[in-house]
Amino acid sequence: MADFDTPEITIPLEIPTLNRGAMNHSSPFPAAPNHQEALGFPGELVDNWQTKAIDKLGELLSRSRALQVYMDGCVKCGACTDKCHYFLGTGDPKNMPVARQDLLRKVYRRYFTFAGKYFPWLVGAEDLTKEVLDDWYTYFHQCSQCRRCSVYCPYGIDTAEVSMAAREIMDHIGKGQKYCNEIIGKVHKIGNNLGLPEPALIDTLEGLEEDIQEETGVVVRLPVNQKGADILLVTPSADFFAEPHVDGLIGYAKVFHQAGVSWTVSSYASEAANFAMFIGSYEQMQKIAERIRKAAEDLGVKRIIFGECGHAWRVAYNFMNTLAGPFDFLDQNYPIPQHICEFTNDLIEKGELTLDKSRNDHMTLTFHDSCNVARGSRMGDSPGGQFTIPRAIIKACCNNFYDMAADTINENTFCCGGGGGLLTDDLLEIRTKGAAPRMQALKEVVDEHGVTHMAAICAICKSQFSKVMPKYGFDMDNIVSVHQLVSNAIVLDGQTTGDNAKVE
Amino acid sequence: MVLGTVYAVLFYFAVAIFAVGLAFRIRLYARTPAPLKIPTTPAPVTQAGVVVRMAKEVVFFESLFKANKWTWLFGWIFHAALLLVLLRHLRYFTEPVWFWVGWVQPFGMYAGFAMTAGLAGLWVRRFTVERVRYISSPSDHLMLLLLIGIAATGLMMKYVAHTDILSLKAFILGLLYFDWQPIPADPVLLVHLALVLILLIIFPFSKLLHAPGVFFSPGRNQVDNPREKRHFVPQTKLPGK
Repeated sequence: MADFDTPEITIPLEIPTLNRGAMNHSSPFPAAPNHQEALGFPGELVDNWQTKAIDKLGELLSRSRALQVYMDGCVKCGACTDKCHYFLGTGDPKNMPVARQDLLRKVYRRYFTFAGKYFPWLVGAEDLTKEVLDDWYTYFHQCSQCRRCSVYCPYGIDTAEVSMAAREIMDHIGKGQKYCNEIIGKVHKIGNNLGLPEPALIDTLEGLEEDIQEETGVVVRLPVNQKGADILLVTPSADFFAEPHVDGLIGYAKVFHQAGVSWTVSSYASEAANFAMFIGSYEQMQKIAERIRKAAEDLGVKRIIFGECGHAWRVAYNFMNTLAGPFDFLDQNYPIPQHICEFTNDLIEKGELTLDKSRNDHMTLTFHDSCNVARGSRMGDSPGGQFTIPRAIIKACCNNFYDMAADTINENTFCCGGGGGLLTDDLLEIRTKGAAPRMQALKEVVDEHGVTHMAAICAICKSQFSKVMPKYGFDMDNIVSVHQLVSNAIVLDGQTTGDNAKVE
Repeated sequence: MVLGTVYAVLFYFAVAIFAVGLAFRIRLYARTPAPLKIPTTPAPVTQAGVVVRMAKEVVFFESLFKANKWTWLFGWIFHAALLLVLLRHLRYFTEPVWFWVGWVQPFGMYAGFAMTAGLAGLWVRRFTVERVRYISSPSDHLMLLLLIGIAATGLMMKYVAHTDILSLKAFILGLLYFDWQPIPADPVLLVHLALVLILLIIFPFSKLLHAPGVFFSPGRNQVDNPREKRHFVPQTKLPGK
């Protein structure tokens, strides 16, 4: 990978002038034949790839109203052109959402529309050549499927759907991406993205139990594969070991402990994130969702709760019922599935948790809305609960909280820069540049309000920020889990030791 | 009468292409399954809420307003003015003229200018905003040119060279009742009508499909209730299933 400069932060954020080909060199590592074949895709680029790609595009058009309408409906008004964090961070015109869509749309027009078949020059239609395919691979892996552009599109055209379709086509002609496809293979085989087997998982969680006991003097269990537990916790596997994710997991455990509910994680479905969404594969996504259903049935749980994970929550909230439902064997008195923030917030509202806010006084917080939670899901009963509930939790646990600028939060939030299958070192340049708009918004509240930490509810956001924040002059531990704040503030019954021992 | 025959044939041809083409496209959108719930959230949690969301989108261009105030201003003015102009034109198609069409007339006259101004603003942006210039194809420019041509010839007939409006109305009603009449041989009128017929013909094959398309956009028209009500589309065909 070439060396690159981290973008300068400008306040206010400037819309860059076009810098053609600025990110043309950035492509992810291709999937090896064994990664491809494990998912039923061809190992390498097939001989008749052009015909197969066009056939696949036709099939996807017939299977997805969204794709069909989005291919036809764009009027090139330009509303989305300055909305993508990757465009804002790089100035590469092919990172403007409409231009990214057009990489596929020009091929759609050439092979599927009257105008494109007979007057290609008029409507910008193009043959599917090797150059076009290379552009697909490059630029559809510079989209984090965050849906920010779709908020501003007068027709709701969602570039995420287009980039998912393009990746699905590429997988089917043998041009897959290593990061996503290797990970999906691990989930099918072992149950989580990391390839963490059952003994290692048990060992890790036992270690966390010891840590909590050492810190608080209270025995808080983190059970694995406990049959008959009420709640199955499905959480991103990064929660088991990465920082600051694991502090969030400790927070969930303490909340469950205080609530007095029985819960368990499953080693069979030890992954919340469903990376099959990134590659646009309904079939792969369904296989992963069915693992969660099977784990819930085998363990005999009554409820499913998801941990802090953005894309996982989108798949769980929006798709799981479709893909692996109906979940009529679960307790219908609770949302299926439920988000850990919904669970914790309910307890806070009922006054069932004792929270000592002063335990977080060493921090001044802001909150990063994770893209797929913000624009692809909901929490609670009313629209926008995905914005208010995490903030309510933070405010219940912290005295110092300031939001970032209004056009960078809630439905307008910027992606962290690492979502949608881009959280891999071979894409570090685009990840870093794509984080610039968020870093700019953060810098503003740091300067104005003395914000010291940013909280998030997504494993990808947390990993991405710990990696790129140092490049922008922040510390890697300036990113925290929301349930890490809960973990700090919560006063456990019988707590005697540690820095958050109950003050008698 | 030869000219009248040519325009009569073109009229039927254009309307047929427009109606059949659009019907096929709408049928395609309606029949293509939407296998997953993908509303852009926050989204309404009831069907009534979706109607309100779509109405705000179609009447006020709410998302475009959030995105870019200039594009919104020019785009909204153009569309609103076009609507008034179309309503005003109903007087050429109805006998007796519907009473409310009379009310629209004074607004419709000024709307012609507003429509042209909106289109001009959009076209200027296509040239002056680097990002929009980059994404524009020849067809995007020609579409604006076509619409400006229609508006300009219409305004010319109103303010510069009046046409024989009584004969024109007789011609149009003749088309509707299959009692064909001659068309006034007025060049501005003939250009105006020809451009309108071209617009009708290309409608189902162009980006003008955004008009029906917006109503079928899953990002906007789906109810946000996947936990409460299982979304399952039985016609979803999957390989090997």
